[in-house]
Amino acid sequence: MSEETTADTRPEPEPIDNVVIRFAGDSGDGMQLAGTRFTASSALFGNDLATFPNFPAEIRAPAGTLAGVSAFQVHIADWDILTPGDSPDCLVAMNPAALKANIGDVVKGGLVIVNSDAFDERNLHKAGYETNPLEDGSLESYHLLTAPMEQLTKEAVQGTGVKGREVLRSKNFFALGLMSWMYQRPLDPVIDWIDQKFGDSPVAAANTAALKAGYNYGLTTEAFHHTYSVAPATLPAGEYTNITGNQSLAWGLVAASQASGLPLFYGSYPITPASSILEALARLRNFGVRTFQAEDEIAGIGTSVGAAFAGHLAATGTSGPGLALKSEALSLALMAELPLIVVDVQRGGPSTGLPTKVEQSDLLFAMYGRHGEAPLPVIAAATPSDAFEVAIEAARIALKYMTPVILLSDGYIANSSEPWKLPDLSRLPDLTVDYAEGPNQGESFLPYLRDPETLARPWAVPGTPGLEHRLGGLEKQDGTGNVSYDPMNHEHMTILREEKIARIADDIAPVEVFGDEDAELLVLGWGSTFGAIRAGVNRARKREAKVAHVHLRHINPFPANLGEVLARFETVLIPELNRGQLSRLIRARYLVDTISQSKVQGQPFKAAEIAMKIMQLLDGKDEQR
Amino acid sequence: MTDTARYTRADFQTDQEVRWCPGCGDYTILASVQNFLAELDVPRENHVFISGIGCSSRFPYYMNTYGMHSIHGRAPAIASGVAAANPDLHVWVITGDGDALSIGGNHLIHALRRNINITILLFNNQIYGLTKGQYSPTSEVGKRTKTSPMGSIDWPFNPVSLALGAEASFVARTIDMDRAHTAEILTAAYEHEGAAFIEIYQNCNVFNDKAFIELTGRETRDANRIYLEHGKPIVFGKEDEKGVVVGPDGAQVVDVADVGIDRIQVHDAKAPEPAVAFALSRLSVGPHGPTPLGIFRDVSRPTYERQLADQIVQAQDRQGPGDLDQLVRSLGTWTVE
Repeated sequence: MSEETTADTRPEPEPIDNVVIRFAGDSGDGMQLAGTRFTASSALFGNDLATFPNFPAEIRAPAGTLAGVSAFQVHIADWDILTPGDSPDCLVAMNPAALKANIGDVVKGGLVIVNSDAFDERNLHKAGYETNPLEDGSLESYHLLTAPMEQLTKEAVQGTGVKGREVLRSKNFFALGLMSWMYQRPLDPVIDWIDQKFGDSPVAAANTAALKAGYNYGLTTEAFHHTYSVAPATLPAGEYTNITGNQSLAWGLVAASQASGLPLFYGSYPITPASSILEALARLRNFGVRTFQAEDEIAGIGTSVGAAFAGHLAATGTSGPGLALKSEALSLALMAELPLIVVDVQRGGPSTGLPTKVEQSDLLFAMYGRHGEAPLPVIAAATPSDAFEVAIEAARIALKYMTPVILLSDGYIANSSEPWKLPDLSRLPDLTVDYAEGPNQGESFLPYLRDPETLARPWAVPGTPGLEHRLGGLEKQDGTGNVSYDPMNHEHMTILREEKIARIADDIAPVEVFGDEDAELLVLGWGSTFGAIRAGVNRARKREAKVAHVHLRHINPFPANLGEVLARFETVLIPELNRGQLSRLIRARYLVDTISQSKVQGQPFKAAEIAMKIMQLLDGKDEQR
Repeated sequence: MTDTARYTRADFQTDQEVRWCPGCGDYTILASVQNFLAELDVPRENHVFISGIGCSSRFPYYMNTYGMHSIHGRAPAIASGVAAANPDLHVWVITGDGDALSIGGNHLIHALRRNINITILLFNNQIYGLTKGQYSPTSEVGKRTKTSPMGSIDWPFNPVSLALGAEASFVARTIDMDRAHTAEILTAAYEHEGAAFIEIYQNCNVFNDKAFIELTGRETRDANRIYLEHGKPIVFGKEDEKGVVVGPDGAQVVDVADVGIDRIQVHDAKAPEPAVAFALSRLSVGPHGPTPLGIFRDVSRPTYERQLADQIVQAQDRQGPGDLDQLVRSLGTWTVE
């Protein structure tokens, strides 16, 4: 049989405008890698995309169990998408546990591709299956395709030199090859990556062999002949890269360092899901970046406070439990009025909570989690690429107002990726800082003499002759910065510190209303719910609903026009991955009778959940507040 | 420099009223440090004093240099940030036994092991003074205080032993009353590249008076002060009649006449291994009886901030100075027409 006759029997790929694919397997099966490579190929192919890795906290949970299932979801489309998709159209399951943990999410009629070799009695038992789902008819509402991936991988890697347990390590590449065939992705980008990563080695040869074997298995097996193609998206012209939130946040800090002309100092203690910011910055010594892996969370911020005193652009990063430990030093930085960026990559809490899952439940902690009257600016990233701009904005506020700034991200933004149209880096905002250089009142230097507009105090850096001064946590006398226990001065300073933060409202972008200006319903969001809310609003609008969306980047202070915007809408819906924390802030500040939509399952909102809530509210079916 | 010194002690004094209790040992240490800095030919603006919380931690307010009176226990961390950010500064940490050894113990040991270039002055008065008289992590077992009415059951830290165990490259001890010795130790600590740890026995005349009387009392001090001098046999007493030998069971005080001067331990602060220094630190508990003062250990090890600065230079040599345009393209890009 010649190549040509084989080709003749295969139908043309079915064009589809988008697909959601989930790769699932044991946490040691390499599913994150398979998903990431599939994503990279799709990006190079020109699709729009969004990804969502979902993995257990354990590095290697017991093999074959539900607890050990790791999954990577990618949404690719020929149009501008906002989320990694609500439900997979296609699931790749490397073992029974992966099937069991994920099948409930797959759309009915969706494609389910399984590694049949893993469906032996032992694995079925570990996953809690009493009968084999591949044989008992329980999957008949899906389009089930099976492949003996382990056997085929073993055969494919023969002669490459890999031995023993290494042989089956390549099976994720077999799955990736098969999926590349199914969705008509080119193999070359993956092979290039393998060569770069593994060099000229048996592992590289085995991975490439398995990849090609997977592709060819699809090509030659009739069951896999129905393939799909997703055309390149018509994105705005420009140069793109695929980026995760922690990567872009790290780069944003570096960009702020360049825009300010200040060296970047990042003191931090490893914590999920913030560690990869420290890792990314540690690689950038040639940018003059000083990363300091501290002995604990307190020293992470402590060293950064010291570096800020010494004149650096100082930042620290953590997640909820670490923010708790940093609270005291954060108050010191506030009292000393030093610029500092504190990144909180939120995760499910309280306590150790759900370290690898998403939640937005540190909002009130960021707002109020300090002793004393201690207001600070709080801003939030909305998407992985937005984290770049938000990092620069955090630096801008910190440097201009001489204040710590809390930057909220979360586990979803941190690990998800999306195409990022590279910004024009020649147009970064000018964050240049003028250190104090001489006396500011007659012959004297007053470290707490304020700029009349911003209320910022001067930044006099150790090493500057004549400006020697002492900072500290004790209450300051206005102007001199000397210790003062005077009751009226304390009240004056408390209000001054409050006023300094409040004035930032006039120096940030007003909120913009998306959608129907004349709608009755406004959906108000913040942080990583952006994509799901915007997609949900779009869906509702396609169904003729009138609805608007406002997404907040600045939470403290709120943008100056927010109150006026809220007043234009009869109903304000606030979806949050917490129990209604922004909702409480809005109620307290604007006396608006908000409706909270809450989800605390460690998972992002689905666009459908938002759309459904909108439709319920507009149909008047839901009186639940 | 001209033949007149650049500074006098007054240049290092501030206009702030010093608010320690009359008779406090802190006054003496403040004067020692101010005098020492006045004699150095180093610009005043290059000194940074960072403290935590406690009586001693008010110190920066009285020093006309850069300074920060920070939060309880965290001074070594904050000072590490200052030193790592700007290796040209001389960063001092002023701390007490509660601040450094209780709430801030973790930061202390890690600053020492990293060998970051900070000079730590630990004022040890073996009591909590600012909170008015509770036992501290260096108070002796059995001490009756407000929080230990039946006597403390906490085994105390020996700060010198702790610092040696924490891989410190410079460890010394002095006593507030002996200003000449304090000046000598400050000089050596200042010249040391890397973390320098000085325990200063400091009398709290309000809550723990005469804790160090055996080392300061006219009658007893000669018999109890063992001055360690590098390269010299460790002898003490009015006539140098006493000496220290170090054997498998540790350090021991002996009569020189009994063993002969050749068997007396010759002090080696530069010894690569800290074992003998540790043995010397165990000679006295309390302190009661003969107690070593001086430099236990002074060895050379690369400092944290120099290595950090070197890595930046190396990275720039290898990769060129950071280029943001290249950085954002480093994961691969594609172009949409």
